[in-house]
Amino acid sequence: MLGDKIFKYATAFVAASSILILTFMVLELFRNSMPVLSLKFIFGVNWNPVVGMEEYGVLPYILGTLVTSAIAIAVGVPISLGIAIYLSEMAPDFVRKPLSYIIELLAAVPSVIYGLWGMFVFRFWVKDFIEEPLSKYLGFIPIFQGQPFGLDIFTAGLVLAVMIIPTVSSVSREVLTAVPNTLREAAYSIGATKWEVIKLGVLSYAKSGIFGATILGLGRAVGETMAVSMVIGNAIGEAAIPTSLFKAGQTMASLIANEFNEADPISLHAKALIGVGLILFLFALAVNLIAQIMIWRSIKTRGGMVE
Amino acid sequence: MNKKTLVITGLITILVLLGAYLVNFYMQENKTVTITTATTVTTSVTTTSTKMISINGAGATFPYPLLSKMIVEYNKLYPNIQINYQSIGSGGGIRQHTNKTVDFGASDAPLNKAQREAAPNTLHIPITIGCVVIAYNLPDIPKGLKLTGQVTADIFLGNIKKWNDPAIRDLNPDLKLPDKEIIVVHRSDGSGTTFVFTSYLSLISSEWANRVGKGTAVQWPTGLGAAGNEGVAGVIRGTPYTIGYVELAYALQTGMQYARLQNREGEFVEPTLDTTAAAAEALAPSLPKGDESWENVNLLNAPGKNSYPIVSFSYILVYKELSVLRAMDIDKAKALVRFLWWATHDGQSYAPNLHYVPLPESVIRINEETIKSITFNGQTLLS
Repeated sequence: MLGDKIFKYATAFVAASSILILTFMVLELFRNSMPVLSLKFIFGVNWNPVVGMEEYGVLPYILGTLVTSAIAIAVGVPISLGIAIYLSEMAPDFVRKPLSYIIELLAAVPSVIYGLWGMFVFRFWVKDFIEEPLSKYLGFIPIFQGQPFGLDIFTAGLVLAVMIIPTVSSVSREVLTAVPNTLREAAYSIGATKWEVIKLGVLSYAKSGIFGATILGLGRAVGETMAVSMVIGNAIGEAAIPTSLFKAGQTMASLIANEFNEADPISLHAKALIGVGLILFLFALAVNLIAQIMIWRSIKTRGGMVE
Repeated sequence: MNKKTLVITGLITILVLLGAYLVNFYMQENKTVTITTATTVTTSVTTTSTKMISINGAGATFPYPLLSKMIVEYNKLYPNIQINYQSIGSGGGIRQHTNKTVDFGASDAPLNKAQREAAPNTLHIPITIGCVVIAYNLPDIPKGLKLTGQVTADIFLGNIKKWNDPAIRDLNPDLKLPDKEIIVVHRSDGSGTTFVFTSYLSLISSEWANRVGKGTAVQWPTGLGAAGNEGVAGVIRGTPYTIGYVELAYALQTGMQYARLQNREGEFVEPTLDTTAAAAEALAPSLPKGDESWENVNLLNAPGKNSYPIVSFSYILVYKELSVLRAMDIDKAKALVRFLWWATHDGQSYAPNLHYVPLPESVIRINEETIKSITFNGQTLLS
């Protein structure tokens, strides 16, 4: 009986420790960045670590994070959905198993590999086959302005899109497979074509689960550091505001990766970077929270329906 | 499925352990080989003890290739002295030196006032000389671009936007400059190279000094950033119409195109080991003593027809009284001082092959005084 009790409290303690660690992390980030936190820190555009001219503002990097993640979602999610639909609805068995295994393996590729590939191979494709034609024919649109060189917000967004595909497609496939067969059969029985079955029966049912998968992908895109800093061009201050897609930018994560190593602990520079970390942390926390709630809700309704 | 994963993980773990063991074994074997090839070379150093001594240093990445060559060669001479140097960057070197977690630090920038107060009694020992070159990529112009400091500052400020701007054309009347946007490439990480380069621009251009200033990281008005000298070099080589700054050694190793820069006397000087040494020699008489402030020392825009204008020292940072370090004892202190002596004398002979500039005689004299002044519990360490 005593052993049971000890076991119970020990597991409770371990379970609680993860929450404790999370709380301490937020508190510690907050404490260390106190001297720089202000409205000006969040909405300022200057980032000047030079002694005597110090000024820190995070807005360009918040925008950079949002824009690159948005590109990643816009490009990555439709592709992932296509993969998921093919795997769950159309693929024959001998294709489905190896293919879904390979896609899940992609999620295990270290991000620095994506970064290297982006820097040495992918950026030249992007520049020659996408950016140059776009800038030539649509250069009058503000977001396509500037001379493309391949190390910019657009490339970073595309690399992120490739990186989120495994996550989004495998979770979406999970969600689609969980759609009860009765729904498909019902749709077929009233004479729906394959496309209509998928559209009406499957996708609309799995909507919130797919949304959750998307948000999970967003979470990965927001926090990605290494690969982004290798291809985004790492501009700083006002120059980093994403006014055009073909412009060097910076995300919160890449800024920390770039500057923390050499930040002078005596000056405000290190504190400002910890402040960026705090904002990024809260951002990622919110994104993941939303994703969890969405997936949880979709699984709950599914359970009810199957019975 | 689960069992399978378990088995595979187990197998991988065993393989990794086996590999680590083999590497370790091989390295130990190598070490015994180096001992047999050890020879004595003319130095004032004599081994008094055969106790294993390990010395730790950390700091700037710029002198790392030279330092690691020196460390390997020194280990051949004195197999019982093991020196480890981690190239974590100048800022990290200053931080670890201040926190007293390493036996010596290394930095491309001298300590400023606040840093000196945080690490009192720090000695600066110039170990080698750095030279920052302005590298560019113009497909049709493989060589011979000429620039002045002012024009360089204007390019990096974003005031000059095109390669065929009149300001560049006037300096290069014989070159066919393209009508293309200039893409500025700078360092994205904090760096001693950036410190040297921005110090030069601040010296030349008052607009740069007021708008951007000097530091290991600054707010670049334009352009894109890449990590490390190799990152900047990689972007410049892979992207036409770029301009950026890298250390001379990287430019020479990678065969990049670089500009001739106008010096104080109005000459356009190509960055080479000779023109870098000329700048250091020209300013050596004005250098402070090792225990004084080096904050305002720079070798920028040195006088002399043959002096390249963007030149700087790379320093070893060491405490004058070594007993302030917890992990220090008299044997280790002696070994450290002897290594520093060797590195600033015989060790310099390894510099030219690695594209580093050897210290001029006058700087070595200053270093000798500095190294002689190092003590442990008040006891001098060099006889």
